[in-house]
Amino acid sequence: MSPLAGYLLVAALIFAIGLAGALTRRNAILVLIGIELMLNAANLNLIAFWRYGPHPEALTGMMFAIFSIAVAAAEAAVGLGLVISIHRHAKTTDLDEMNRMKG
Amino acid sequence: MGIAFYLVSVLTVAGGLAAVLLKNTVHCALAVTTAFAGLALLFLQLDAQFAGFAQILVYIGAVAILVVFAILLTRGSETPKGGVFSKTWLAGLAVAAAIFAVLGWAVLQVAGSLPQQNAAPAVTVNQIGEALMGRYVLPLEIIALLLTAALIGAVIVAMHEKEGD
Repeated sequence: MSPLAGYLLVAALIFAIGLAGALTRRNAILVLIGIELMLNAANLNLIAFWRYGPHPEALTGMMFAIFSIAVAAAEAAVGLGLVISIHRHAKTTDLDEMNRMKG
Repeated sequence: MGIAFYLVSVLTVAGGLAAVLLKNTVHCALAVTTAFAGLALLFLQLDAQFAGFAQILVYIGAVAILVVFAILLTRGSETPKGGVFSKTWLAGLAVAAAIFAVLGWAVLQVAGSLPQQNAAPAVTVNQIGEALMGRYVLPLEIIALLLTAALIGAVIVAMHEKEGD
Protein backbone atom coordinates (compact mmCIF):
# COMPACT_ATOMS: atom_id res chain seq x y z
CA MET A 1 0.00 0.00 0.00
CA SER A 2 1.35 3.40 -0.89
CA PRO A 3 1.88 5.81 2.02
CA LEU A 4 -0.66 8.22 0.54
CA ALA A 5 -3.39 5.57 0.78
CA GLY A 6 -2.56 5.08 4.48
CA TYR A 7 -2.91 8.80 5.19
CA LEU A 8 -6.15 8.97 3.20
CA LEU A 9 -7.59 6.03 5.15
CA VAL A 10 -6.64 7.63 8.49
CA ALA A 11 -8.22 10.91 7.33
CA ALA A 12 -11.40 9.06 6.27
CA LEU A 13 -11.55 7.36 9.67
CA ILE A 14 -11.11 10.63 11.57
CA PHE A 15 -13.74 12.28 9.34
CA ALA A 16 -16.20 9.47 10.08
CA ILE A 17 -15.50 9.70 13.82
CA GLY A 18 -16.04 13.47 13.76
CA LEU A 19 -19.25 13.05 11.76
CA ALA A 20 -20.51 10.41 14.19
CA GLY A 21 -19.73 12.76 17.10
CA ALA A 22 -21.46 15.70 15.44
CA LEU A 23 -24.56 13.63 14.64
CA THR A 24 -24.94 11.63 17.87
CA ARG A 25 -23.86 13.82 20.80
CA ARG A 26 -26.40 15.96 22.66
CA ASN A 27 -24.01 18.56 24.04
CA ALA A 28 -23.53 21.46 21.58
CA ILE A 29 -19.84 21.83 22.51
CA LEU A 30 -19.17 18.19 21.58
CA VAL A 31 -20.93 18.71 18.25
CA LEU A 32 -18.47 21.56 17.62
CA ILE A 33 -15.59 19.24 18.60
CA GLY A 34 -16.86 16.75 16.02
CA ILE A 35 -16.92 19.47 13.36
CA GLU A 36 -13.34 20.43 14.26
CA LEU A 37 -12.28 16.79 13.84
CA MET A 38 -13.88 16.71 10.39
CA LEU A 39 -12.07 19.93 9.35
CA ASN A 40 -8.80 18.44 10.60
CA ALA A 41 -9.34 15.27 8.59
CA ALA A 42 -9.82 17.42 5.48
CA ASN A 43 -6.58 19.26 6.31
CA LEU A 44 -4.76 15.92 6.59
CA ASN A 45 -6.02 15.01 3.11
CA LEU A 46 -4.83 18.34 1.70
CA ILE A 47 -1.36 18.00 3.25
CA ALA A 48 -1.02 14.36 2.15
CA PHE A 49 -1.94 15.21 -1.46
CA TRP A 50 0.46 18.15 -1.35
CA ARG A 51 3.28 15.90 -0.11
CA TYR A 52 2.78 13.14 -2.69
CA GLY A 53 1.52 15.34 -5.52
CA PRO A 54 3.56 16.15 -8.61
CA HIS A 55 4.38 19.77 -7.71
CA PRO A 56 4.93 20.19 -3.96
CA GLU A 57 7.08 23.29 -4.55
CA ALA A 58 3.94 25.15 -5.74
CA LEU A 59 2.68 25.02 -2.09
CA THR A 60 -0.98 24.94 -3.10
CA GLY A 61 -2.12 22.15 -0.75
CA MET A 62 -0.09 23.58 2.13
CA MET A 63 -1.60 27.05 1.64
CA PHE A 64 -5.09 25.59 1.43
CA ALA A 65 -4.50 23.76 4.72
CA ILE A 66 -3.15 26.89 6.45
CA PHE A 67 -6.15 28.98 5.36
CA SER A 68 -8.43 26.15 6.40
CA ILE A 69 -6.86 26.15 9.89
CA ALA A 70 -7.52 29.90 10.12
CA VAL A 71 -11.15 29.50 9.04
CA ALA A 72 -11.59 26.64 11.54
CA ALA A 73 -10.26 28.85 14.34
CA ALA A 74 -12.76 31.59 13.44
CA GLU A 75 -15.55 29.00 13.29
CA ALA A 76 -14.63 27.62 16.72
CA ALA A 77 -14.61 31.11 18.28
CA VAL A 78 -18.02 32.05 16.87
CA GLY A 79 -19.51 28.62 17.57
CA LEU A 80 -18.44 28.54 21.20
CA GLY A 81 -19.60 32.16 21.63
CA LEU A 82 -23.02 31.12 20.34
CA VAL A 83 -23.10 28.13 22.70
CA ILE A 84 -22.30 30.36 25.68
CA SER A 85 -24.97 32.85 24.57
CA ILE A 86 -27.59 30.09 24.15
CA HIS A 87 -26.68 28.63 27.52
CA ARG A 88 -27.19 32.03 29.15
CA HIS A 89 -30.59 32.30 27.47
CA ALA A 90 -31.96 28.75 27.67
CA LYS A 91 -29.86 27.41 30.61
CA THR A 92 -28.97 24.33 28.61
CA THR A 93 -26.53 23.14 25.95
CA ASP A 94 -28.60 20.04 25.18
CA LEU A 95 -29.43 20.11 21.48
CA ASP A 96 -32.48 17.87 21.91
CA GLU A 97 -34.05 20.59 24.09
CA MET A 98 -33.17 23.47 21.73
CA ASN A 99 -36.13 23.16 19.40
CA ARG A 100 -37.04 26.77 18.69
CA MET A 101 -35.15 29.77 17.42
CA LYS A 102 -37.19 32.31 19.38
CA GLY A 103 -35.96 32.80 22.94
CA MET B 1 5.38 3.36 5.91
CA GLY B 2 7.28 3.25 9.15
CA ILE B 3 6.17 2.21 12.59
CA ALA B 4 5.89 5.90 13.55
CA PHE B 5 3.00 6.35 11.12
CA TYR B 6 1.05 3.48 12.69
CA LEU B 7 1.76 4.64 16.24
CA VAL B 8 0.68 8.23 15.53
CA SER B 9 -2.38 7.06 13.57
CA VAL B 10 -3.51 4.83 16.44
CA LEU B 11 -2.98 7.70 18.90
CA THR B 12 -4.98 10.11 16.72
CA VAL B 13 -7.85 7.74 16.05
CA ALA B 14 -7.99 6.69 19.71
CA GLY B 15 -8.10 10.35 20.74
CA GLY B 16 -10.91 11.04 18.28
CA LEU B 17 -12.89 8.00 19.42
CA ALA B 18 -12.46 8.91 23.07
CA ALA B 19 -13.57 12.49 22.35
CA VAL B 20 -16.78 11.17 20.80
CA LEU B 21 -17.50 8.37 23.27
CA LEU B 22 -16.51 9.62 26.76
CA LYS B 23 -19.23 10.77 29.14
CA ASN B 24 -17.47 13.62 30.94
CA THR B 25 -17.17 16.65 28.65
CA VAL B 26 -13.84 17.76 30.16
CA HIS B 27 -12.38 14.32 29.38
CA CYS B 28 -13.68 14.73 25.81
CA ALA B 29 -11.83 18.05 25.53
CA LEU B 30 -8.61 16.38 26.71
CA ALA B 31 -9.10 13.49 24.25
CA VAL B 32 -9.71 15.82 21.33
CA THR B 33 -6.53 17.70 22.26
CA THR B 34 -4.69 14.37 21.95
CA ALA B 35 -6.24 13.88 18.53
CA PHE B 36 -5.15 17.40 17.48
CA ALA B 37 -1.60 16.65 18.68
CA GLY B 38 -1.59 13.38 16.73
CA LEU B 39 -2.73 15.22 13.61
CA ALA B 40 0.07 17.77 14.10
CA LEU B 41 2.54 14.85 14.30
CA LEU B 42 1.08 13.42 11.07
CA PHE B 43 1.59 16.84 9.41
CA LEU B 44 5.21 16.83 10.61
CA GLN B 45 5.68 13.31 9.21
CA LEU B 46 4.42 14.60 5.87
CA ASP B 47 7.25 17.21 5.86
CA ALA B 48 4.74 20.03 6.37
CA GLN B 49 6.57 21.58 9.30
CA PHE B 50 4.86 24.97 9.07
CA ALA B 51 1.36 23.47 8.95
CA GLY B 52 2.25 21.11 11.80
CA PHE B 53 3.40 23.88 14.11
CA ALA B 54 0.49 26.09 13.06
CA GLN B 55 -1.78 23.19 13.98
CA ILE B 56 -0.16 22.92 17.43
CA LEU B 57 -0.39 26.68 18.03
CA VAL B 58 -3.95 27.13 16.77
CA TYR B 59 -5.61 23.90 17.90
CA ILE B 60 -3.81 22.92 21.09
CA GLY B 61 -3.02 26.50 22.06
CA ALA B 62 -6.29 28.22 21.20
CA VAL B 63 -9.19 25.96 20.19
CA ALA B 64 -8.67 23.44 23.03
CA ILE B 65 -8.49 26.28 25.58
CA LEU B 66 -11.65 27.86 24.09
CA VAL B 67 -13.44 24.51 24.34
CA VAL B 68 -12.44 24.10 27.99
CA PHE B 69 -13.59 27.66 28.76
CA ALA B 70 -16.92 27.03 27.04
CA ILE B 71 -17.40 23.77 28.97
CA LEU B 72 -16.68 25.44 32.30
CA LEU B 73 -18.86 28.49 31.51
CA THR B 74 -21.81 26.29 30.54
CA ARG B 75 -21.37 23.68 33.30
CA GLY B 76 -21.36 21.19 30.45
CA SER B 77 -19.35 18.60 32.39
CA GLU B 78 -22.48 17.42 34.17
CA THR B 79 -23.87 14.33 32.49
CA PRO B 80 -27.48 14.96 31.39
CA LYS B 81 -30.21 12.66 32.65
CA GLY B 82 -31.11 11.26 29.24
CA GLY B 83 -27.55 10.10 28.50
CA VAL B 84 -24.89 11.80 26.41
CA PHE B 85 -26.13 10.57 23.04
CA SER B 86 -29.12 12.03 21.22
CA LYS B 87 -32.30 10.09 20.56
CA THR B 88 -31.40 9.62 16.91
CA TRP B 89 -27.90 8.28 17.60
CA LEU B 90 -28.46 5.13 15.56
CA ALA B 91 -29.22 7.10 12.39
CA GLY B 92 -26.17 9.32 12.97
CA LEU B 93 -23.94 6.30 13.47
CA ALA B 94 -25.32 4.68 10.31
CA VAL B 95 -24.66 7.84 8.27
CA ALA B 96 -21.09 8.11 9.59
CA ALA B 97 -20.42 4.40 8.93
CA ALA B 98 -21.81 4.73 5.40
CA ILE B 99 -19.60 7.78 4.72
CA PHE B 100 -16.54 5.91 6.01
CA ALA B 101 -17.41 2.88 3.91
CA VAL B 102 -17.69 5.02 0.76
CA LEU B 103 -14.46 6.94 1.47
CA GLY B 104 -12.53 3.79 2.37
CA TRP B 105 -13.84 1.96 -0.69
CA ALA B 106 -12.84 4.89 -2.94
CA VAL B 107 -9.33 5.02 -1.46
CA LEU B 108 -8.81 1.25 -1.71
CA GLN B 109 -10.07 1.24 -5.32
CA VAL B 110 -7.30 3.60 -6.42
CA ALA B 111 -4.66 2.52 -3.86
CA GLY B 112 -2.61 0.76 -6.53
CA SER B 113 -2.33 3.78 -8.81
CA LEU B 114 -1.51 6.35 -6.11
CA PRO B 115 2.02 7.82 -6.26
CA GLN B 116 4.64 5.93 -4.30
CA GLN B 117 7.37 7.34 -2.07
CA ASN B 118 8.94 10.45 -3.58
CA ALA B 119 11.61 12.86 -2.43
CA ALA B 120 10.66 15.09 0.51
CA PRO B 121 9.86 18.58 -0.76
CA ALA B 122 12.41 21.09 0.51
CA VAL B 123 10.07 23.91 1.53
CA THR B 124 11.39 26.57 3.88
CA VAL B 125 9.34 28.99 5.96
CA ASN B 126 10.96 31.70 3.85
CA GLN B 127 9.28 30.30 0.72
CA ILE B 128 5.94 30.04 2.54
CA GLY B 129 6.21 33.65 3.66
CA GLU B 130 7.06 34.81 0.15
CA ALA B 131 4.13 32.83 -1.27
CA LEU B 132 1.80 34.35 1.35
CA MET B 133 2.99 37.86 0.53
CA GLY B 134 3.06 37.28 -3.23
CA ARG B 135 0.72 34.85 -4.93
CA TYR B 136 -1.61 34.34 -1.93
CA VAL B 137 -1.76 37.91 -0.62
CA LEU B 138 -5.46 38.38 -1.44
CA PRO B 139 -6.60 35.24 0.44
CA LEU B 140 -4.34 36.30 3.32
CA GLU B 141 -6.05 39.70 3.53
CA ILE B 142 -9.48 38.08 3.34
CA ILE B 143 -8.52 35.67 6.15
CA ALA B 144 -7.28 38.62 8.22
CA LEU B 145 -10.63 40.40 7.74
CA LEU B 146 -12.54 37.17 8.48
CA LEU B 147 -10.61 36.55 11.70
CA THR B 148 -11.16 40.13 12.89
CA ALA B 149 -14.87 39.96 12.10
CA ALA B 150 -15.21 36.51 13.69
CA LEU B 151 -13.46 37.53 16.92
CA ILE B 152 -15.45 40.76 17.28
CA GLY B 153 -18.63 38.82 16.45
CA ALA B 154 -17.82 36.10 18.99
CA VAL B 155 -17.28 38.69 21.73
CA ILE B 156 -20.52 40.53 20.85
CA VAL B 157 -22.54 37.28 20.71
CA ALA B 158 -21.18 36.00 24.03
CA MET B 159 -21.24 39.41 25.75
CA HIS B 160 -23.46 39.69 28.79
CA GLU B 161 -26.43 41.98 28.20
CA LYS B 162 -26.72 44.26 31.19
CA GLU B 163 -30.07 45.87 30.48
CA GLY B 164 -33.09 44.10 29.00
CA ASP B 165 -33.34 41.07 31.28
